[in-house]
Amino acid sequence: MHTRHPEPLLWMLFSAGGVVSAMLMPILVLLFGVAIPLGWLAAPSHARMLAVLGNPLTAVLMFGLCALSLFHWAHRFRHTLYDGLQIKHLNELLALLTYGGAAVGSVMAAYLLWRIP
Amino acid sequence: MASTQVYTDYHPRWLRRQVSTYWWLEKWAYFAFILREMTCLFVAWFVVYLLLLVGAVAGGAESYQRLLDWSASPWVLTLNAATFLFMIYHAVTFFVAAPQALVVHVGRRPVPARLVLAGHYVAWAAASALVAWIVLRA
Repeated sequence: MHTRHPEPLLWMLFSAGGVVSAMLMPILVLLFGVAIPLGWLAAPSHARMLAVLGNPLTAVLMFGLCALSLFHWAHRFRHTLYDGLQIKHLNELLALLTYGGAAVGSVMAAYLLWRIP
Repeated sequence: MASTQVYTDYHPRWLRRQVSTYWWLEKWAYFAFILREMTCLFVAWFVVYLLLLVGAVAGGAESYQRLLDWSASPWVLTLNAATFLFMIYHAVTFFVAAPQALVVHVGRRPVPARLVLAGHYVAWAAASALVAWIVLRA
């Protein structure tokens, strides 16, 4: 019997999260994090934001982006701490905090998107 | 097939060189690697920021306006400017690695790595244009 290791699944989530965050986040940070706050571009009206986020397709995409990106963070951060700080003895705790955090964040994302009328 | 191999926790330590915890400061390439890995912190921060935005929009026009004001405060703006740079670094390094993880075949021939890379850049540009259009169209 082989023991099933979660590593391939976690790597898939890491990889998928890496791709979607790379594709979508630079433009979103540029718009909502830099250009709109600096006044280079006018902020979308509240009604417009409600319409965009209330669209089921956008909501599903936003959920996918948030959840996969969080699992991307969890996997990469765990491995970086493991390589960088040599903290093998904290492996289980670290896995709980990173993947657990990503799971909690995903549920939060689903709840917040669900609340949009 | 049943595995008969028995592994023990015993490692012969005398062949191991002691590596400093700060090994990644020794060479620029190592530092660039850690910098690349640390882009994930900015990915996580931006998920938090997006969710704050979604929560603010759900909370009504006033809370949305409060979030917009907060996003213009110096420390949030500075953090997001840094996030933008790290996101670009993340995207470029992730796409460079993509052809090694994703070997595409047309028929029996593998598609050249350069084309797989170019495909990612085209998709990136298209996705960015689509997002900008959705957000900015009046």
